[in-house]
Amino acid sequence: MVKHHLFWPVAVLAALLLFNFIYSPDFFSIIVRNGNLYGSLIDILNFGSPLIIVALGMTLVIALGGIDLSVGSVVAIAGAISCLLISKGTDQSAWSLVLMAIGVSIAVAIVLGLWNGVLVSIFGMQPIIATLILMVAGRGVAQLIADGQIITVSSKTYNYLGAGSLAMLPFSIFIVAAMFILVSLLTRRTALGLYIESIGCKPTASRLAGIRSRTVMLAVYMFCGLCAGIAGLILSSNVSSADGNNAGLWYELDAILAVVIGGTSLNGGRFSVTGTLIGALIIQTLTTTIYMTGVPPEITLVVKAFVVLVVCLVQSESFRKAIVARWKTRHYPAEREVKQHV
Amino acid sequence: MFNRKFIPIVVTLGLFILMFAVGSFRYTGFFSLQVFNNLLIDNAFLLIVAVGMTFVIVSGGIDLSVGSVIALTTMVSASLLEQGWPPYAVIPVVLLMGAGFGWGMGAIIYYFKIQPFIVTLAGMFLARGLCYVISINTIIIDDAFYTKVAQTKISLPGGNFISISVIIAIVVVAAGFYIAHYTRFGRNTYALGGSEQSALLMGLPVKSTKIKVYMFSGLCSSLAGVVFTFYMLSGYGLHAMGLELDAIAAVVIGGTLLTGGVGYIVGTFFGVMIQGVIQTIISFEGTLSSWWTKIVIGVLLFVFIILQKLLSERKWTLRS
Repeated sequence: MVKHHLFWPVAVLAALLLFNFIYSPDFFSIIVRNGNLYGSLIDILNFGSPLIIVALGMTLVIALGGIDLSVGSVVAIAGAISCLLISKGTDQSAWSLVLMAIGVSIAVAIVLGLWNGVLVSIFGMQPIIATLILMVAGRGVAQLIADGQIITVSSKTYNYLGAGSLAMLPFSIFIVAAMFILVSLLTRRTALGLYIESIGCKPTASRLAGIRSRTVMLAVYMFCGLCAGIAGLILSSNVSSADGNNAGLWYELDAILAVVIGGTSLNGGRFSVTGTLIGALIIQTLTTTIYMTGVPPEITLVVKAFVVLVVCLVQSESFRKAIVARWKTRHYPAEREVKQHV
Repeated sequence: MFNRKFIPIVVTLGLFILMFAVGSFRYTGFFSLQVFNNLLIDNAFLLIVAVGMTFVIVSGGIDLSVGSVIALTTMVSASLLEQGWPPYAVIPVVLLMGAGFGWGMGAIIYYFKIQPFIVTLAGMFLARGLCYVISINTIIIDDAFYTKVAQTKISLPGGNFISISVIIAIVVVAAGFYIAHYTRFGRNTYALGGSEQSALLMGLPVKSTKIKVYMFSGLCSSLAGVVFTFYMLSGYGLHAMGLELDAIAAVVIGGTLLTGGVGYIVGTFFGVMIQGVIQTIISFEGTLSSWWTKIVIGVLLFVFIILQKLLSERKWTLRS
């Protein structure tokens, strides 16, 4: 069971939840208020939804042996565009206007993903630098779109996306569920998952085996852009405003972290969509736990750093070997050692 | 001189001269030695960080923690000074702290085979978080030594001046140049970045080189933090936000390959200077907003990476 790739992520998540349960037993209680469900678990899913969606796209990119640093900037750009378009309209709650704004910003997000994909697959750049370009420039573009201001909108229709509720649950949970099912089906019920793993292992070999690596790469980077765009929409609609400077800040790092904690190797070629979901939930649960236990929010980062380190160390093969070796030598009987030498 | 491997540096240098020339023709008062000196004064800490970052990137790694180590250095310096420590004790302590921080990250990267990206990311969170543990507010420094260093202007002939920080930065750049090209450690770093396995098979000290590279970067970051403290005269957890990206961008614009094994300290120097010129031009223009800096740096990164790509591809076709 220890060998199963989901063992460590699930164990960490369970440990976190157990800690919460011991610390405050009403952590798991869910109450009905105004016809909606409320509770810490619902909050974790709701506030974690943008991160989960970004991390899903990131999983596929990392499985290809790539990385996408630009997701945070794409989140900011998507939010800025949709808020700008809606704020320009006369009736901000009109369905046609909101749908148009969502459509345009999703399209832009996909185009930005395509840009990354073209740089990586056609120009053959290293993914980390290719996406660094958009990461640096994208923040500037988002501020340019918003003219350095925070755009606020008062659209009930748009607000529904990130803050509305459906069947007693926050609407964003349904978006997450839809994306998760989509990615799982695409990668595990079609050959796409196999192609992605194969390209992640060895692009040249996969090309020789007849896989169109360029097309797959382009599609995956576009999908990652799409995910970032959706996350940007959820984030900006949740607070009904777009901040080009701070929206989605450090999202790329949190998303990469979620993917790595979930057991996907940064070297590519092996990935777990469920693991990513658990990884993102670990990060969100950790944040919630820190707030709940009354630890000053300033040291959230310190706790996060230690958790990241511990999770990575636990997953590191050489660390486990070193621990086991030390444990073994310590219990080595002294007489046997002497006998062997004689 | 016209060796192919120097082309990226020549392009970087040419671009710097071109941008400076464009600025000089467009704006009155731009073409003066003092504007150039101001570039050095305002970017002294970035220069120091970028030198350390060049070593890490040449060795095939990356260090995302530099910005937060600077913030931590300003914070620790400010709080120690507040408690009445003398400056000559504070500075060695923070330098040791930075080097120790880098050593720790390097050791984790080497012994446990975790990607540098993740380890230094955790280091970035840790250092930034430790700042807030010390205090969430700005701590003002009113120590006599620090204010004196901050305000000292070293006059140059012609009525120009530089600050003490500039001298530190130039010494670091010179030392970096010497270490990279004239010492064993430098050669080992290049070999490690070229191919870790080959370096190991050749019997080079991969372990100590790898750890030392991160230690050097940590030392540079904390030294940059000291210089930054002179510059800001305060300690604050939000200082130097996102500086790691500026440093990486400067290193890449300076012609260092992110894959490792190829790179020049001189290139990094001009990479930093180009970023400084962009900011100066934007401030001279007046009507342009600060976010244009990011967009221009993004475009420059793109151009340089494409250029490197073209150069390295031509090298391949010649060889084969």
